[in-house]
Amino acid sequence: MLLTLLVIVTIAIVRMRSLFGVIALSGVYSFLMASVLMVYDAVDVAMTEAAVGAGVSTVLLLAALHLTKAREYPQPRPAAIPLLVAVVVGVALIWATYDLPAFGIADAPIHKHVAPHYLQNAIQETLVGNVVSAVLADYRGFDTFGEVIVVFTAGIGVMLLLKGRRQGRDGREGDAR
Amino acid sequence: MFAAAMLAVIAALVLVVVRVIKGPTVFDRVLAGNSVGTLAIILVAVLGFLNGRPEFLDVALTYGVLNLIGTLAILKFFRHGDLAYDEQEDEA
Repeated sequence: MLLTLLVIVTIAIVRMRSLFGVIALSGVYSFLMASVLMVYDAVDVAMTEAAVGAGVSTVLLLAALHLTKAREYPQPRPAAIPLLVAVVVGVALIWATYDLPAFGIADAPIHKHVAPHYLQNAIQETLVGNVVSAVLADYRGFDTFGEVIVVFTAGIGVMLLLKGRRQGRDGREGDAR
Repeated sequence: MFAAAMLAVIAALVLVVVRVIKGPTVFDRVLAGNSVGTLAIILVAVLGFLNGRPEFLDVALTYGVLNLIGTLAILKFFRHGDLAYDEQEDEA
């Protein structure tokens, strides 16, 4: 039911021409997605989706809409080849899913490899009460550290780009503020 | 009873989503988007009681805060055309 709503909202986002409406719809999408994740008992993911999708990305999209032009250029040619590529890749991916183990069964390889070890020994080895936190911050500590570095670098890059742009525009207009 | 409430919330969600998509003016869309956030809060709360886990209420509270931020950002942008609007700048 909720997934049907999600699909409807997604199609509306693609078809809508008013960028403002798209931003409102993407906020709606995030809340619906968070509710779906909630139904699946993934509370932490739902929280992240609501915070990032509905909170931060709405503000960021609005800021981007302010910085760029809101006019759309006419489509130069019908996009037949990209559509073909997308359909073929989609069909191939769906075909590939038939080789996967059935969804959610307990003896899939991913549940047999290291997960039992974590569940058995995480609390004694790391003294962290939550196994998910123990895996993320301790067993995969370097991995998480690398992710933090990537996000940090991306943030610095964006800030540098935007700062240069702001100064250049002010200099041209002679209106430094 | 919670199941009936769940159905009612989902029906309301459908109606509100229709308004977001069709809404002729921006204000319809903003108001409907805000309503979706509110309905999501109710949905999470009802879901918590339906599954016998009332702790979900905390998550619902967080949704409320986020919903406020998003709606405020949209409205502020619509009024001033800028997010970093400052009233004192206008007077100076």
